[in-house]
Amino acid sequence: MGQHGKTGTLTRHDGGAGMTGDELVALLHTMMEIRRFEEKAAEMYARGKIHGFLHLYIGQEAVATGAIAALRPDDYIVSHYREHGHALARGVDPKRVMAELFGKETGVTGGRGGSMHLFDVSKSFLGGYAIVAGHMPLACGLGLAEQYKGSDRIAVNFLGDGAVNEGEFHEALNLAAVWKLPVLFICENNFYGMGTAVQRVSALVEVYKRAEAYGMHAEQADGMDVLAMYEATARLAKRVRAGEGPAFLEAICYRFRGHSMADPEFYRTKGEVDRWRTLDPIASLKRRLLADGVLTEERVADMQAEVDDIAREAAEFAEQSPPPPTESLTRDVYVDAPSAEEGSRA
Amino acid sequence: MPEITYREALRQAMRYQLRNDERVFLMGEDIGAYGGSYAVTKGFMDEFGERRVKDTPIAESVVVGAGIGAAMAGLRPMVELMTINFSLLAIDQIVNNASKLHYMSNGQIRVPLVIRMAGGAGSQLGAQHSHSLEGWYAHVPGLKVVVPATPYDAKGLLTTAFEDENPVIFIEHTALYASKGEVPEEIYRLPFGRAEVMRPGADLTLIGYSGSVHQARRAAQQLAAQDIDAEVLNLRTLRPLDVDGIIASVRKTHRAIVIEDDWKFGGFGGEIVALIQELAFDDLDAPVLRCSGADVPMPYAGALEQAALPQEAGIVALALRLCEGEAA
Ligand SMILES: Cc1ncc(C[n+]2csc(CCOP(=O)(O)OP(=O)(O)O)c2C)c(N)n1
Ligand SMILES: [Mg+2]
Repeated sequence: MGQHGKTGTLTRHDGGAGMTGDELVALLHTMMEIRRFEEKAAEMYARGKIHGFLHLYIGQEAVATGAIAALRPDDYIVSHYREHGHALARGVDPKRVMAELFGKETGVTGGRGGSMHLFDVSKSFLGGYAIVAGHMPLACGLGLAEQYKGSDRIAVNFLGDGAVNEGEFHEALNLAAVWKLPVLFICENNFYGMGTAVQRVSALVEVYKRAEAYGMHAEQADGMDVLAMYEATARLAKRVRAGEGPAFLEAICYRFRGHSMADPEFYRTKGEVDRWRTLDPIASLKRRLLADGVLTEERVADMQAEVDDIAREAAEFAEQSPPPPTESLTRDVYVDAPSAEEGSRA
Repeated sequence: MPEITYREALRQAMRYQLRNDERVFLMGEDIGAYGGSYAVTKGFMDEFGERRVKDTPIAESVVVGAGIGAAMAGLRPMVELMTINFSLLAIDQIVNNASKLHYMSNGQIRVPLVIRMAGGAGSQLGAQHSHSLEGWYAHVPGLKVVVPATPYDAKGLLTTAFEDENPVIFIEHTALYASKGEVPEEIYRLPFGRAEVMRPGADLTLIGYSGSVHQARRAAQQLAAQDIDAEVLNLRTLRPLDVDGIIASVRKTHRAIVIEDDWKFGGFGGEIVALIQELAFDDLDAPVLRCSGADVPMPYAGALEQAALPQEAGIVALALRLCEGEAA
């Protein structure tokens, strides 16, 4: 989670999922950091600094922020291609994430992965994956390994509503349930898979009910409310950690921007987007903390300046970093296998 | 002849089929309301309705499987798999069902199904979105594999694909959708298994398909400046393959280079090399070479990706090496 200053209000906060004022402010700070980072990424894409596909997390910040704050820092996270928010919420260095989007050597995968494939194993952040639902079996395997080792570490798998009709979704849920694997699935139901509305392709639109059909504990939560996400994740993660088998959380949310930067958004109306924008998770929490006296307008302005700096410095760092050397092309295809071109590597 | 894009050429072929054959329908992820991820089917849902143009769940296996079933029952479906990368989730249906039902049923069943997908790299989409797996499909008896390089190819080959009685894997190149070329307004058919001599030449043959044809052509221009007259062959289909066309060209030029985005090891280029040495060994003045993609998962960073793909400079260098031998 991003750094944040003291607010002076350290008392337990009503309706704040049992969190202190500082903890609540920290959640707000993380959401603001993600938002600003994503806005900066969009700007850098428009300036031709970022290429390929770029899927922004704007609108869904509460899901990653609330959920990941409720996990242990060593719990595995496996996410899909809309994963900048999950990485930042886990504390992956924004500079190195931005450098990755730029395809630079200082990026989290040295420029190899780009936006859709962030990895930071030191933060138990085991990747962004670009094949819909293809990462779900991996989460099962991570959970299986921890169960096998007898540890109480869990695997958390973020997925989209579009993943639920793939065979791998069903195979993963069934395996996790029948083997009681310590996996928490968090489905971000933002009502669209690219331009296709959920009800046009899903016979059962309540995603959590599908998970129930596999005999696992499943719930829905308000994904526009960071505290609701925190509370539900904390509760479900506790069950999973206690060995009660997998659990499934459907987060109802909305992406404010297009599917990717190339999306003309023919499939939804501006009115619909505007209605969801009134539920902006950042504005809501801000209002609430101001009303409750946890925050002052002054402090909010400071926080905005802090996250502006984080995003700006990330972009500067990315800009100044060198591209990966061409000689690195054939490195790491195999573990420690020297390639003909580069000879043996120590 | 009007100049249109590769995308528009595909659209014309599809629209013709939708208008003229009631058995034809299209289905795929985001081909309707969204307009297709490469805008190939844009507006078709409005024009032809949801009975003919269906948005599907993200579920490649069942979509292809249902396409096979519908073809077995007498329809002529076109399934769009968005990209070749996602075809991997449907490969069981394609290989275990589509390719062999006609044979397994002793000819009782036909699967006239077109499966369209975009392949190729070069757009910085990373390792899971940059595959060139056409060689995998070409390996499978019972499938036809089509790889158009130009708008003219796209329209003529897609029309032939729709009218074929077999499953056809139709692989478009992501980098070519906006490319332009002359295309007749009326409908026409290009035969499968017939390569095009894009540029006649006497000194060596550059063999390409889809995106690599254009690199071959540009390399041929550079070679011309150095007094090397390269013939450029556009394969158009990998299966059936125009073996006679390839051999005829090599008999004339005595040298050949295959250019492909695909990984070199076990790639389709190796098949062409093998055929040439089997059928025209005595006509060769030099070993047949390949200019292929590097054997690595595709990296995102722009310069690394370019380093992993065949480049004109690489083709020219190989060609000079082959032809130097002659001068010596
Ligand atoms: C197997 C597979 N099929 C198709 C795609 C193309 N594709 C990329 S994102 C996407 C939509 C996924 O939607 P959802 O899971 O709801 O996630 P969201 O983008 O809404 O976060 C599709 C169809 C893909 N990446 N993988
Ligand atoms: Mg979605």
